[in-house]
Amino acid sequence: MHLYTLQTLRFCSSAIMMRIKTPKNGRVRRELEKRAPKLVETGKKTLILQGTKTSGTLNGVLSEIYHLKKGGAVRFTRKNDNIRPFESGGETSLEFFSLKTDCSLFVYGSHSKKRPNNLVIGRMYDHHVYDLVEVGVENFKSIESFNYDKKMAPRVGSKPFIAFVGEGFENVDELKHLKEVLLDLLRGEVVENINLAGVDRAYVCTAISSNKVYLTHCALRLKKSGTVVPRMELVEVGPSMDLVVRRHRLPNEGLRKEAMRTAKDQPKKKIKNVSSDAIEGTIGKIYIPDQKVGDVALPNKAKGVKRERREAKKKEANERASKKQKEESE
Amino acid sequence: MAMETESQKAFHVDVGNLLAFNPFHSFPSLPASRDELVKECLHEGTKLVQAVADSLFNLPSSEDVDGPLVKLPPPTTKLPREKHLPKPKPPTKWEEFAKKKGIQKRKKDKVVWDEQTGTWKRRFGYDRVNDDKDIPIIEAKMTDEPGVDPFAKRQDEKKKRVEKQEKNRLQNLKQAAKIGALPSHVQLAATALPITGTQAPPKKVTKDELGNVAGMAATSTASGGKFDRKLPGEKPAKKQGKHRKFLPVVEGSGIGSREKEQTESVLNKLISKHSHEILNVGKAVTMYNVKKEKKARNKRNQEGKFSSATNKLKPKKLLQKKTGKKGPVSSKKGKAK
Repeated sequence: MHLYTLQTLRFCSSAIMMRIKTPKNGRVRRELEKRAPKLVETGKKTLILQGTKTSGTLNGVLSEIYHLKKGGAVRFTRKNDNIRPFESGGETSLEFFSLKTDCSLFVYGSHSKKRPNNLVIGRMYDHHVYDLVEVGVENFKSIESFNYDKKMAPRVGSKPFIAFVGEGFENVDELKHLKEVLLDLLRGEVVENINLAGVDRAYVCTAISSNKVYLTHCALRLKKSGTVVPRMELVEVGPSMDLVVRRHRLPNEGLRKEAMRTAKDQPKKKIKNVSSDAIEGTIGKIYIPDQKVGDVALPNKAKGVKRERREAKKKEANERASKKQKEESE
Repeated sequence: MAMETESQKAFHVDVGNLLAFNPFHSFPSLPASRDELVKECLHEGTKLVQAVADSLFNLPSSEDVDGPLVKLPPPTTKLPREKHLPKPKPPTKWEEFAKKKGIQKRKKDKVVWDEQTGTWKRRFGYDRVNDDKDIPIIEAKMTDEPGVDPFAKRQDEKKKRVEKQEKNRLQNLKQAAKIGALPSHVQLAATALPITGTQAPPKKVTKDELGNVAGMAATSTASGGKFDRKLPGEKPAKKQGKHRKFLPVVEGSGIGSREKEQTESVLNKLISKHSHEILNVGKAVTMYNVKKEKKARNKRNQEGKFSSATNKLKPKKLLQKKTGKKGPVSSKKGKAK
């Protein structure tokens, strides 16, 4: 007993005391489960924030992007002067915000003389910066400046059509990266079923030159045509802007491989000694080790059954019996 | 991938993402006006959107209240994940043991028949089947020690079992956390740092202690903690301001000039300590008189008592004391004597 207590004391002194924390609220538990990593992922949330200085156009751009992504976006209105996405130490604040708001896409706007109307679009993997694209916004036209029939306005949260035009998106590295990031940003929720009456918006991105992209948001008009497929008509409604690619940072290879992994891609564990044949089906191989015939115990030569043993025992019993008789007689 | 049969150009269509990509278009020369550029972009966009719609509307649809519902195929463009793939939970120690032994899980009922009362009672919770407080009599066994309360013993055993269970649960969770497969609603928090020397847990600091320490720290600032930013709810420091008084820079030199007095007193103290010439005559005289009187007294006592040893000690003692206080004076005294 004494030794037992001593051992427990020793155990306690070497380990860090840990406590299990579980949520006492059903609401908190549901929130945590929503934020847990899932096998198949649905939409990504976007974090929209700004740096120390912003211009009028940039403010407009940020608010319109927030409008377009109303359901799955968080907008911070204060200025953050310690966020510098392209510097090694300037990402900690971003990662902290991403962790707290559970956002894996961010749009950071800032304005300076060297980089006017700057927009940094970035993605996160496990709440650490995965990749970044820096673009400058030119020729921005906000939603108010377009006149269109208000009845056709696309509804919030509808899944958009996305169109990319231009060979630049295939040939130029930066534009290829921008295409991927824009797809992630504009995509919205990943759904299995879609209601055909509810498709009403489209984004068109055209590569004008090797570093400029014209992005515009249009409403869709479905016109009657002879077949099941209606004729599409695009009407510009939403914001339109020119994006000039300035800098970009690609993810490093290892991180990219890990992020691109899907559940099905996981290397299937090879079951050994099983093969399948078209005719016979599944075939298994069984390996039997060599039998060591000489070492096996012979079945009939059990200890108590051996004849010599038996006879020796009988003899002993007889001798003892005769001895006793002699003693008794004496 | 859908092919446009009209032209030789092919668009890359991804119906799962409602995406279409035309990699063959290029602007040989930028159109002069903005409007023309916009028009051309929209024209190209319309073509692509039409291509997607072609494949989309031809998918098998089911009728719904709001409109035709279509099941989208999985998207072909691969995009990176936002979080890592969830790792499967490792089997707990009991699960491993059960697998090894071939123990199957048995479905337990919520209510159990209670023989004592003759009713169906819960398996756990309020008013349960084998509750400790429902036992009226425990029969004594030969192995029982006298003086041990069996009811208390049962409660202790139950407590120990519960503690062991909690420890095992913590170990299982730690194992899962090591792999990275901790369940989403559980967090492991460290309560205390490893105890090294004594086994005493770290003491909690009281509010007053904290206040005192904060006040002490505040005085280390140049303004004595007066302008420190306070947390909401923090009370002002008790001893505010500086604890040192500096004399004014500009002051007249006269009788009341404090700076002169200050420097004078400092200098006097310094010089007096290391000087061998300064003698406080009054004090020296009184000391001499006192000593003389004591000696006379001792002589009278000596004649009466004959305690020479004590007499020898006593004056020496006085001497020691005096050397402690004022070095030069006593040396002078010795010389005078």
